Amino acid sequence: MGNIMIGRFVPGKSVVHQLDPRTKIIGTFVFILLMLWANTWSTYLVAAIFVWFTILLTQQPLKMYIDGLKPIFWLLAFTIVLQIFFTGGTPVLLHFGFIKVTLPGVINALFVMFRFVLIILMSTIMTLTTPPTSIANALESLLKPLKSLKVPVAEMALMLSIALRFVPLLMDETQKIMNAQKSRGMSFSTGGPVKRAKAIVPLLIPLFVGALQRALDLANAMEVRGFKDAEHRTKYRILKYKKQDYQAFASLLLFSIIFFSVLYLI
Amino acid sequence: MAINFQQVNFSYGAGTSLEQPILFDITANFPTGQVTAVVGQTGSGKSTLIQHINGLLLPTEGQVTVADHHITANTKEKELMRIREKVGMVFQFPENQLFANTVLEDVMYGPINFGYSRSDAKNAAEIALKRLNVSETLWEKSPFELSGGQMRRIAIAGALASNPDIVVLDEPAAGLDPRGQQELLNLVIELKTLNKTVILISHQMDHVAQIADQVIVMHEGKVAAQEAPEQLFNRDIQWFTDMKLDLPKAGQFAEKLRQQDWQFEQRPLTIKALTDLINSRGTTHG
Ligand SMILES: Nc1ncnc2c1ncn2[C@@H]1O[C@H](COP(=O)(O)OP(=O)(O)O)[C@@H](O)[C@H]1O
Ligand SMILES: [Mg+2]
Repeated sequence: MGNIMIGRFVPGKSVVHQLDPRTKIIGTFVFILLMLWANTWSTYLVAAIFVWFTILLTQQPLKMYIDGLKPIFWLLAFTIVLQIFFTGGTPVLLHFGFIKVTLPGVINALFVMFRFVLIILMSTIMTLTTPPTSIANALESLLKPLKSLKVPVAEMALMLSIALRFVPLLMDETQKIMNAQKSRGMSFSTGGPVKRAKAIVPLLIPLFVGALQRALDLANAMEVRGFKDAEHRTKYRILKYKKQDYQAFASLLLFSIIFFSVLYLI
Repeated sequence: MAINFQQVNFSYGAGTSLEQPILFDITANFPTGQVTAVVGQTGSGKSTLIQHINGLLLPTEGQVTVADHHITANTKEKELMRIREKVGMVFQFPENQLFANTVLEDVMYGPINFGYSRSDAKNAAEIALKRLNVSETLWEKSPFELSGGQMRRIAIAGALASNPDIVVLDEPAAGLDPRGQQELLNLVIELKTLNKTVILISHQMDHVAQIADQVIVMHEGKVAAQEAPEQLFNRDIQWFTDMKLDLPKAGQFAEKLRQQDWQFEQRPLTIKALTDLINSRGTTHG
């Protein structure tokens, strides 16, 4: 449980850490869009260099990013196999009964893999260098225009940041309850499927009881401190684009220009 | 049943980029039938240490021996289950582990997991509930409708129900009123008379001085001392400052007296010893 890297924030002082969270969200979003366009070797090379460069700027050990890819390994393997086996075309490289492995299939699979890996790496860069509450704040700020459509943006952002705040607490709590029940002989590795499913009840009930209790405590704490609505709340941290953000946007623009030049010219 | 730590190192997240070494070269032993107190400031590694005793955590290096079982980095789940049957673990705020429909069912959970028949489990649960002074009128109630103190006692009964030879208590007194705390100390004393090996993590040095046969002091993931309380609490006062440890109340009072030029060899650890000291000087000091 301790080595899930996607969504984990690691504090630091790098340029990437200091960027405005909105810059990072927009950057990641634009990057993902571009990756959906990528369909030649050279575009993937350009994108990989861009990701590599950004990773260096975060000043985090490369091993962290590799750990981040591990949980999606099976998903990746599955997608690749699907691509290899179910893309038609010529030339045919191998035959397994009715299944053909074709050159376009293999190339397609490699492209899908690169796309996947690069997108995950980019998202990991964002979550690794941005505290969850900043992400929630940035989303609120970016989605502000939706307020005119009566979308409760502020409430949603507050709910999101509270939910994010509770994730590590609940993980902690789960670990503690698991330890207590394991000490009382709970085991997930024996018995049939029904018995194993039942084994989770002594874990879930205390977890829910605890979470509800926490939610009530939080609601009370907010109320006694005068919370009425999220709409008119003022912010402690005010988001403001700085010089490095303009530099980041310039780099992003430069990357996009190179990307499209390579895509259409080479 | 004795417990032995042999040169144990432990890291959270061993083998990942987030590896965090916590315990360093721990060698310690917990003799059969004795009460061992584990003390040290928050974050010194006490909870991490005791979770090695029933294999919730496995040593990254080194070995833990529990009776004739050896726990190393590679010990299998099946072997750990046999050890867990012999170790009752009471964590901080154990009431958070309650889940069953009735008090009795909850306390029976451990014994049933360890292979007791339902009627044996029921007997075992009843014995444990009686030991914790849980009144019989509560046995068929839902644990969630009871008071905090009652829930704590039921949770402790749950940990003791399979009659373990080793009982580990991680800050069990936290959040209890003085009377609840005293009841808990009485329980420890009772467990000792039953020849159980008891390990007690505590921040209250008065409790430690009162019931511990030996004390292990943890400091920054290392064992800083393992000795009898009389020896430990007679160490130089500077050492306690370094370890961020308190003296028992009587000892703190005596240190104030020492600043007033009182002289004594042994630092008093109980109120009784302190009054004896004061009375012996009372005549000369007026
Ligand atoms: N599950 C965990 N993952 C990572 N680090 C942990 C975990 N549990 C405890 N730690 C760290 O280990 C150190 C020792 O913690 P702990 O054993 O709980 O100390 P104590 O019980 O003496 O207060 C602390 O620095 C704590 O942050
Ligand atoms: Mg602790």
